[in-house]
Amino acid sequence: MTYASKPADKAKDGSLRELLSFRVGGQDYCLDIMSVREIRGGTRATPLPHAPRFMRGVINLRGTVLPIMDLATRLDLDTEIERDRSVTIVVADNERTVGLMVDAVSDILAVPEGDLQPPPDMKADNERSFISALMIVENRMIRVLDLNAVLPPPNEDAA
Amino acid sequence: MAEIRASFFIECEELLEALQDGLQAIDDGVADADAETVNMVFRSVHSIKGGAGAFGLDTLVAFAHKFETALDEVRAGRLKPDARVLKLFFHGSDILGDLVRECRDGLEHADETYAPLLAELERLVPPTETDAGAQAEIDFQPAPLSLDLGFGTADLGAQDDEGAGFGPDDFAPAVDGGDVDGPVARGAETAPDDDAVTAAPVYRVRFKPQSVLYAHGSEPLFLFRALRDLGPTEVRCREDDLPGLDTLDCEHSHIGWDLTLHSAEPEKVIRDVFDFVEGLCALEIEAPDAGAVDLIAGPIAGPIADLGLIDLADLASLSDGSDPPDLADISAAPETSAALLAGPSGDAETAPAPARSLTPDSGPAAKPEPASAAVTSPPDTPAKPVRTAPATPRATVRVDLERIDRLVNLVGEIVINQAMLAQSVKAEGLPPNSPVRTGLEEFLQLTRDIQESVMMIRAQPVKSLFQRMSRIVREASADIGKEVRLKIEGEQTEVDKTVIERLADPLTHMIRNAVDHGLETADAREAAGKPRQGNVTLTAMHRSGRTVIEVGDDGAGIDRTKVLNKAIVNGLVPPDTQLTDAEIDSLLFAPGLSTATAVSNLSGRGVGMDVVRSAIQALGGRISITSERGHGSTFSISLPLTLAVLDGMVVQVAGETLVVPLSTILETLALTDGDIRALGPDTHVVNIRDQFVPFFDLGAELGYRDPLASYSAGVVLLIGQEDGPAAAVAVDVIEDQRQVVIKGLQDSYGRVPGIAAATILGDGQIALILDPIDLVSMASGQTRHRGSPAPMSIQPDQAKGVQA
Repeated sequence: MTYASKPADKAKDGSLRELLSFRVGGQDYCLDIMSVREIRGGTRATPLPHAPRFMRGVINLRGTVLPIMDLATRLDLDTEIERDRSVTIVVADNERTVGLMVDAVSDILAVPEGDLQPPPDMKADNERSFISALMIVENRMIRVLDLNAVLPPPNEDAA
Repeated sequence: MAEIRASFFIECEELLEALQDGLQAIDDGVADADAETVNMVFRSVHSIKGGAGAFGLDTLVAFAHKFETALDEVRAGRLKPDARVLKLFFHGSDILGDLVRECRDGLEHADETYAPLLAELERLVPPTETDAGAQAEIDFQPAPLSLDLGFGTADLGAQDDEGAGFGPDDFAPAVDGGDVDGPVARGAETAPDDDAVTAAPVYRVRFKPQSVLYAHGSEPLFLFRALRDLGPTEVRCREDDLPGLDTLDCEHSHIGWDLTLHSAEPEKVIRDVFDFVEGLCALEIEAPDAGAVDLIAGPIAGPIADLGLIDLADLASLSDGSDPPDLADISAAPETSAALLAGPSGDAETAPAPARSLTPDSGPAAKPEPASAAVTSPPDTPAKPVRTAPATPRATVRVDLERIDRLVNLVGEIVINQAMLAQSVKAEGLPPNSPVRTGLEEFLQLTRDIQESVMMIRAQPVKSLFQRMSRIVREASADIGKEVRLKIEGEQTEVDKTVIERLADPLTHMIRNAVDHGLETADAREAAGKPRQGNVTLTAMHRSGRTVIEVGDDGAGIDRTKVLNKAIVNGLVPPDTQLTDAEIDSLLFAPGLSTATAVSNLSGRGVGMDVVRSAIQALGGRISITSERGHGSTFSISLPLTLAVLDGMVVQVAGETLVVPLSTILETLALTDGDIRALGPDTHVVNIRDQFVPFFDLGAELGYRDPLASYSAGVVLLIGQEDGPAAAVAVDVIEDQRQVVIKGLQDSYGRVPGIAAATILGDGQIALILDPIDLVSMASGQTRHRGSPAPMSIQPDQAKGVQA
């Protein structure tokens, strides 16, 4: 698992990173805005048989088949938000395009690289592997999602 | 540069295809001595050579050159393309193809693979060409022409003698702009007595190119050739403007030509020849008059030969008086002229002679070469339509497949959108004849047309695939020493490109099987009263919305006793089974069965038809066999027209909509209580006409729900292939049967077991397309440990009432 030390390395760099922040399972997360393709309202996904629990299924995104991942389930978080009112963030990572189901999209943040801290080394916490950095914005801790870790490698699900 | 190189190799593939076509046509005898076909073959090799030279692919050039030289012998009529020669040529074209691919992929050439062939090819070319040429010159008789022009004196168009003996005292040889090494003499024949020429009006053309004409890549030789195709032409060089050697500027055009043309064509046609060089030359065309022309070829000063204009200079003295002015045939000439003008210079020596009619008795000796103008053509021969088919290829565009896929996607999207729109218009409650709904109807029609046209773009004729197969036949038959003839039919049948690509392997296997197992040895054939040469037929056709490809042979047919015995020995069927012929035939698709007693290089290792069948099934196809003892077998593959669209049955199970490929459904049944019998704790079988078929609940298999207590109200789909039902699958409701656009899951998500792909329904929702065979095999492994069917599920050949 990559610990994504990138933000720490660039801590002296004053350049701004734009991040899309959202809530999922009652926690604040954000993603590099460059990996976000679009934000959609929730659509009913067609479930895939034999898929991991966090794969909600597939939806029709203008003619392409888009897999939808329930991020709360993926991160092992509880969520009280009804799934029908959730929002899908379409993210693209190299060749893969996946929809992430989140509770709500909050804001776009412009954060200096220096404000990003590497996550503390806590081996017990499984969740940490999905987080590449942390930061404090208006007294809230916002986790920067490690998209690479969240997206299952291609064909992982193919039994 | 890389791009040009890539396009050269693409062109090579096309040329190789044309080469194969041509050889096949000659082999089939439909074009025994058809000049145009021989020319086409020659031209293909020549163009490959030319291109290869430009890219410095020396091996390729060397081979193509030898090959071309041998082909030229045929073209010149000195070599009859008999079976032996053709076999060499076919082999040559195979190797040429290999070399092209090796060059493309930057692989090493294995010289030894083609060295023996080269030697054979060389043997085809007589070593004493020069002598033969000289002989031909002597034999050459001036054509008696009553027209008072006397151009018989320079009646030498038949010589094709590069650079040799060039001079005023020599018979002016016609040089063909070519690069055939060494003088290649045409076995010239004398022109026929033909007085018809007298009727032709005489044009005088004065032509002097400006330097810029050459700069533009134009070539007077082609113009003259084109003129010659219109009628007998004398060309005379005017070197008046030629400066002395000391002041000569080689970069400039100095020479001009006077041409005298006997042609019945209107002046416009003659002007058209010069269309492309208009403004680049000084051109005067004198309308017909009866003035005599003196024909003595002007001596040309030596230096010109050094100008690199040697072809032109040579041509200046070319006179072609012996050309039989079979004017009735000339109608095709203008196109040819245009083609010549536009044609790349690499084709210089292969100018076709479409305006000639070959009489049957002129036979293979008739020469295609325009320069060797003395094709016998008695005046009474009616004008035979020129075989223009290969000469006029339809215009095509090369498009990246990805772009087409995108277009297909978008069109699929329009179709879905349109369905959604129609739904909402309906929901609005507009009357059926309202303008909106009428407009929508038209829109619907249009989108369907667009969809169809887009699908057509992806379709390609199976020709390229079939040509590869003809090579397989040649190699396979050579390997095992059988004489085999491959007959190809319907090669223009169009199939989706991806299908073609994925058909190559199974088809190769089937063809090899036909040659190896299907056909008997020549002796056995003779004993059976058949010709020694075996026939393998490869046929493609469209039949009721599917593509059918058949591989047939006229061999011994399937030895069913042998197959059955082998199957029993291999434990595929119990020893005392009674099987119908069709059932035995289908045993051939069982893994681990080969009836060839000896394992040959080609086949007999037992990996065979089962692999073929699964490959065909993966394409959504079916394969079946018909065989008659003593008369041969035919394997028939039936494929969907495209992989982009699928005929499916839309079903509902556990609230989800799914699509089941129609090709896998044998039958649909409504269930009654008594039909389902328990077999073990969790598994059930269905009794269908006294036959027990494994039973699955689709909803449970896909994890959508727990197995139901009762399926009595449900519907089952009988899933299976030709050899019988493999399983009965319960669904809740059958909704519809329709064509769906296939959307791959593979790229976006990965493979899902039991699911082939996805599609988008009219409401914009995604529905999964089942892969029932996969699903059934998976389910068999998971839920039934003992109940898995026999290795081959052989079922009585009951009426398969596919409700389609």
